Amino acid sequence: MSITKATRHISQNEGLIFEKSSPGKAAWKLPPLDVPEVDAEKLLGSSVRNDLGEMPEVSEIEIIRHFTRLSTWNYAIDLGMYPLGSCTMKYNPRVNEVVVRLDRLANAHPYAPEKISQGALRILRVLSDALIEITGMDAITLQPAAGAQGEMTGLLMVRAYHESKGNARKKILIPDSAHGTNPATAAMVDYAVENLKSNEQGMVDPAALAAQMNDDVAALMLTNPNTLGVFEHEIAKIADILHAKGGLLYMDGANMNALVGKARPGDFGVDVMHLNLHKTFSTPHGGGGPGSGPVACKQILEPFLPSPVVITKPDGTLGFEYDRPQSVGRVRAFYGNFGMFVRALAYIMANGPDGLRQTTEDAVLNANYIRKELTGTFDLPYSTPSMHEVVFSDKLQGKNGIKTMDLAKRLIDYGFHPYTTAFPLIVPGALMIEPTESESKEELDLFVEAMKSIAREAENEPQTILDAPHNTRISRLDETAAARKPVLRWKRPS
Amino acid sequence: MRYLPKSPTDRAEMLRTIGVGSIDDLFAPIPAEYRLQRDLNIPRQMAESEIVDWFQQRARENGEGYTTFLGAGAYNHYRPVIIDALVSRGEFLTAYTPYQAEISQGTLQAIFEFQSMICELTGMEVANASMYDGSTAAAEAIMMAVRVTGRSSAVVARSVHPEYQQVIKTYATHQGLPLSTVNFAENGRVDRAALEHSITSDTACVLIQSPNFFGTIEDVSAIADLVHSKGALLIVSIAEAISLGIVKPPSDADIVAMEAQSFGVPLGFGGPYCGVLATRDKFVRQLPGRLAGQTTDKQGNRGFVLTLATREQHIRREKATSNICTNQALVALMANIFMTVYGRVGLRELAKQNLAKAAYAADHFSKEAKVLFAGAPRFHEFVVQTTEDPSVLNSRLLGHKIVGGFPLKRFYPELGNAALWCCTELTSRSAIDTVCGLLSEYEESAKTNEPRMQEVAQ
Amino acid sequence: MAYPADRKYTKEHEWVMADGGSASIGITHYAQESLGDIVFVDLPKVGSEITAGKMFGSVESVKAVSDLYAPASGTVTAVNDSLATTPEAVNKDAHGSWMLKITLKDAGEVSALLSAADYEKFVAEEAGK
Repeated sequence: MSITKATRHISQNEGLIFEKSSPGKAAWKLPPLDVPEVDAEKLLGSSVRNDLGEMPEVSEIEIIRHFTRLSTWNYAIDLGMYPLGSCTMKYNPRVNEVVVRLDRLANAHPYAPEKISQGALRILRVLSDALIEITGMDAITLQPAAGAQGEMTGLLMVRAYHESKGNARKKILIPDSAHGTNPATAAMVDYAVENLKSNEQGMVDPAALAAQMNDDVAALMLTNPNTLGVFEHEIAKIADILHAKGGLLYMDGANMNALVGKARPGDFGVDVMHLNLHKTFSTPHGGGGPGSGPVACKQILEPFLPSPVVITKPDGTLGFEYDRPQSVGRVRAFYGNFGMFVRALAYIMANGPDGLRQTTEDAVLNANYIRKELTGTFDLPYSTPSMHEVVFSDKLQGKNGIKTMDLAKRLIDYGFHPYTTAFPLIVPGALMIEPTESESKEELDLFVEAMKSIAREAENEPQTILDAPHNTRISRLDETAAARKPVLRWKRPS
Repeated sequence: MRYLPKSPTDRAEMLRTIGVGSIDDLFAPIPAEYRLQRDLNIPRQMAESEIVDWFQQRARENGEGYTTFLGAGAYNHYRPVIIDALVSRGEFLTAYTPYQAEISQGTLQAIFEFQSMICELTGMEVANASMYDGSTAAAEAIMMAVRVTGRSSAVVARSVHPEYQQVIKTYATHQGLPLSTVNFAENGRVDRAALEHSITSDTACVLIQSPNFFGTIEDVSAIADLVHSKGALLIVSIAEAISLGIVKPPSDADIVAMEAQSFGVPLGFGGPYCGVLATRDKFVRQLPGRLAGQTTDKQGNRGFVLTLATREQHIRREKATSNICTNQALVALMANIFMTVYGRVGLRELAKQNLAKAAYAADHFSKEAKVLFAGAPRFHEFVVQTTEDPSVLNSRLLGHKIVGGFPLKRFYPELGNAALWCCTELTSRSAIDTVCGLLSEYEESAKTNEPRMQEVAQ
Repeated sequence: MAYPADRKYTKEHEWVMADGGSASIGITHYAQESLGDIVFVDLPKVGSEITAGKMFGSVESVKAVSDLYAPASGTVTAVNDSLATTPEAVNKDAHGSWMLKITLKDAGEVSALLSAADYEKFVAEEAGK
């Protein structure tokens, strides 16, 4: 084995913050009160609280060291390639973090009078316009907090549209390659889920769709490119089949990183879709969130957008419109994850039309480069052309009892974050690799070299892989024990 | 493009390796008629300095030097600087959801500490890693109560944040989940007699907020007794997390649906914020969202993993507890650091300052206008009824660089010229005094309004 | 693995052992093996009705959930509460770990199920796929 990228480094031990606490330490100091002190007990009566239990008492340097040490136990995009398929782990530009912290953006109150919110409203408007142009749609809401909530919003709009025609319809068609959020969302808006089986190319089969399509189907939820990273080239036919029977085409925009500047969903028949600003538009994943899931739609669905929407008032200033009788309502308080809008817009501005197109081209170039270099070493279950991600399987390595998760754990030792394992479900033992545009040729070559080296180890020294990772602070954790006897909070040892 | 790490030579070499003539060959799967043959009509590529400049201009358009009395679910508290110093670390900022535990222990241990502190503060036994915000946490709590009880309707107090109520309605509409509302009494608290009538044998839960939207603290224990006697669950929504420093925790609730924005999260024009759900151990399998749990590795070292994942959409798909996937992890980390900074003593002292400022303001405002709901304890918000229409008053105040209270007419027309005012530790006595002066100016002139108008006419 | 002949089996990998008008129900050794480490068993309450072929509960491993289908119809008279704290018992001894006891609605439903030998054959085919 030859690990050229990673090496061992110092890893500080660090307990839980509660274990550092002792009475009298403090990391806070309040200014003197400029109004009279109050007697809390007198003001609040039986509602007063006198004790905050086991909340920690520590000093500022301890907090800095605590979280800094914890941070060093994380892998991150800033450290290296993070090829999680379907997650689009691209570079998170630092200027985004600077502009979002500008005083009067960071401290803008959502209920501040519109007169002193024009800057924030302008950001909503300019981002909305850019995203409408990028998707080729007619209208947009930025309110949904994440992709899954965008899906919910989109399906609520689908339902409202059908209701306005007199029949809400009963079910949503979802391909078997779809993200788990799709069926979970359909269930949340009371639609039955009907599975659509992929064909041998891993795509929607128009004939099968036509057979399943009827007046009970409200919409098809389609990810395009799909989770195999394959563009559904029959997309126009798919849209026609749906539209002919009054159904709608919902597109899960999780894989928009393959299309921005190169093709627009609105042009190929999509009626409503969500975007993930934390995937395609570079807002940081932050260890699991926050995201942002704007929903763009065609004109026919515009009346149903969540309330409020941004409008231009007669005097030319911007404002919110709340009076929208056909709206599906509100999906969260206020206007959405504004901080993500600022970051996404800064990203769009840093790129411009030429930069966004080059970004998409590089993302597709990188995925195809990996595919070319690793085909043969790993099984490629679908030979259909790849766009921004490529899906292999662990079939060739399986004979020594090695599964995709084992290969992934070994990849950690080589200095990379694992790819997505065991998804999509239509590929048993899937290795789903999405490099994004952020990787240089050098990093890709190191990755390829690591994957090939791991494949050789699978042949020659399988136990090395089964015991991986070897270079991390801790080894594989006992997830079974964690689930059988859950310990979900710290308690003072008795 | 400065974010792209490839030279033209790299690209050409890679295309050669792949075996295609040009990048367009890789886009061949997209039918030609759908390939965009023009530039997107969006702003041109800008230099970093231009981007900063553009956003600075937008920031200026948001107005400068205003003192705010707005709260209503978004609170202006001081944010210790170490929060941004720490969450800006790339290892937190640019990491994904911690599915690969061996290289995500930092995020996982932080979530575990977050869950633990939320439990301490709310009096609950288990808390999740976060929800989108307080409104969706409340909506998900209701759906959770439906699963736990097998009953299918819910009662929501009218004194819950009106936008939370709207979100709950959106979520409930298509779940076959009828909602009813219960009004507030004279003192601003939930009308308990009305509540008793509105709970039926099909009521899964009652959702109240405390401190409620008017800033009034509810008698959670008494309401819990009532709700439990009817076999339903009590959900307590908390929009102002700082209140937990001085207000008795809702330990008698079954689910706490919280907004943790006040814990070090910038106002940011409404988001991203940080919802949280906390509950009893026995309901954990119906709790939506991610959970970090403690376990050990092969050598016996303590470590943390995401656990009980079978509740979630990526495994259970349409049968999952919720469709939530991405949450508010980095914002939860801000809240985590904030709670650690203030801790056991600081959080109480901070809450006490908020209490004192609001008490002073309410006391002084009541000399010039009517402060409603005086009969029950409040935290740091209160409703003021004026002779003048609040929106007119607010434009007058704006001229003095003061943002007045949140007008309530849109949601509570029966309260007349009422607005919701908020004071935090950042509200200065001089600002409160200035508002009092301006209030009294109007009330005085209202009394002598007619003669003055005549003077003007002359 | 020898499947005990004192009971009947379903293609959904449950076993049912009838004793006059009542029966105990569990999952088979093959089922526990394919699930891996079982971490949670979700069972109905005493007094509830279960219907042959319909879902009555679920078994969870760390990363999978399997629904449980009733081999026969009846009323639940007892639930194995010890599985709530020691679900691993099912891994250790699937055929010795009953989950439910029911009073049978129709004893004929049980006799129509697979014999041990037929189930073993069925499992061999499943595994060979």
